[in-house]
Amino acid sequence: MSKTLVIYLMAGPDTPELAEAAVDGGADIVEVGFPFSDPLADGPVIRRAAEKALAQGMRTRACLDCLAAVRGRVDVPLVPMTYSSLLEAYGWEHFADDARSAGASSLIVADLPAGDRPGLRRIQLVAPTSTDERLRLAGEQTDGWLYLVTVTGTTGARAGLSTALASLAERARVAAPHVPLYAGFGISTPADAAAAAELTDGVVVGSRALEAAEDGPAALRDLVRSLRDRVDSG
Amino acid sequence: MPDTYGAYGGRYVPETLVPALDELTAAWEAALADGSFRDELDVLATSYAGRPTPLTLAERFAPDKRLYLKREDLLHTGAHKLNNALGQAVLARRLGKQRIVAETGAGQHGVATATVCARFGLDCVVYMGSEDMRRQRPNVERMGLLGAEVRPVEFGTRTLKEATSEAIRDWITNVETTHYLIGSCVGPAPYPAIVRELQAVIGREARAQVLEAEGRLPEAVVACVGGGSNAIGMFAGFLDDEDVEIVGVEAAGAASLGTGRAAVLHGSRSSVLADEDGQITDAHSISAGLDYPGVGPEHAYLRDTGRARYVGTTDEEALDAFRRLTRSEGIIPALEPSHALARVSELDAALIVVCLSGRGDKDLAEVLGRGE
Repeated sequence: MSKTLVIYLMAGPDTPELAEAAVDGGADIVEVGFPFSDPLADGPVIRRAAEKALAQGMRTRACLDCLAAVRGRVDVPLVPMTYSSLLEAYGWEHFADDARSAGASSLIVADLPAGDRPGLRRIQLVAPTSTDERLRLAGEQTDGWLYLVTVTGTTGARAGLSTALASLAERARVAAPHVPLYAGFGISTPADAAAAAELTDGVVVGSRALEAAEDGPAALRDLVRSLRDRVDSG
Repeated sequence: MPDTYGAYGGRYVPETLVPALDELTAAWEAALADGSFRDELDVLATSYAGRPTPLTLAERFAPDKRLYLKREDLLHTGAHKLNNALGQAVLARRLGKQRIVAETGAGQHGVATATVCARFGLDCVVYMGSEDMRRQRPNVERMGLLGAEVRPVEFGTRTLKEATSEAIRDWITNVETTHYLIGSCVGPAPYPAIVRELQAVIGREARAQVLEAEGRLPEAVVACVGGGSNAIGMFAGFLDDEDVEIVGVEAAGAASLGTGRAAVLHGSRSSVLADEDGQITDAHSISAGLDYPGVGPEHAYLRDTGRARYVGTTDEEALDAFRRLTRSEGIIPALEPSHALARVSELDAALIVVCLSGRGDKDLAEVLGRGE
């Protein structure tokens, strides 16, 4: 079965064009970051991108507009990824409703762990530190797929694939047998992506995608294509 | 132990930290139930930290009042921060964690943490905004002498907010070996409850001391509020005494309770300086220890219930109080409690206890630079 490739982009003026390039290169799902001033789960690349986006005025409404514009350009599922403070300010359910109206198929809230606000349908994250009990809870509550955080750490490139992923994926399979598992955090090279995809059902590439996006849609398309090719060739 | 205070508090953290917070909660509850933990803390408090700290009548500073100062400035390392650092270091040893990470603003919590790490032989990393390192040079040097590694944070405002974020990111990355020794009653549960309990010694002592000195309870207790740990420790001793007025004093430019709104920062929901989109905005204060856009969730709850009220003091008013206490009582206060001292004269109360949370050595350069 073909593996799923998820590409993360930060909301901004160029995002619709970049999303189109990513899908053109073979992305199956696009995550759209709604920037937050104090993103605890993020490493330097996404932090810088968030700071830049906020300076460009990418507040919640502008991000929702951006999401709708992306929706107008691509047909793949779109998933906003953000932090609790934005939902707190906007209204939790209201945010989810408006994101869906703008074309989102689900939602990721990086600092809202499984168990909290179960009524808010979202993709749950699990980590190497998660207990089996928490893996089960996240598997039950997640919306569509489970996001496997490959490292004990923040987002951003690492030298090589985390050794923690294999055991996390194995435990998650048992705890959530019918849920697709996509691995993210620290996956930057085609080789890492292929290795992670071996163990799971898909991979998420974020920081590396943002770096490529800095060089424009063509560079992003090339990166995504190289990830796609390696993941597909196993 | 409460996870929430009304609608405030909670645990807004990446999943990676949830098991560590569960483990910390269990260890803390076990420690509280274990008499030997309390005994160990008591011995450290008296033989190492210098507790109980005295209650000093400040007759020349406030001639029209009976104003008592709870002298946390006389605690080892010069501020109330050591109460919390000692307790959490003992807890970290019970957790089997050899590495400690902390954030610091004014440097007082960093010094307290570096001190307890030296005392117990723990590895210590302290994150500090580069702007605060400039403002609080002596404390940076003290931490270095004590064997801590001070890591400058060159991001955003380069103050306590970013230092806290970086400390939490370090903890996320090294959670299996590391205890995060948070410095105030903020952060995800169970931290606000742990810090409150470890600082509650201030209020317990102050209550007994004022009863001893005056034969009655004070009409008002006052403390400065940044994150709010000295205040919550002081207030904890008097919350059940309904006739005691409780006043928290914020820096006017960092009034999370006075002008903030509900938002999520550093793992908990509280009253925060934030814009209408939930983005955290910058705080501004002459005092690095109050220069923080968030506040402990219990303070937000006490504000909403009306049990405590919170007022603001400007930089100039704090400097004035700093100079007046120095000249009238021979006590050089830190700039943080100077904010509390500045509000004393206008209180409609005769018998008042103010928490003098720390001493002012660290602030001399800042004050002298303003032309004293």
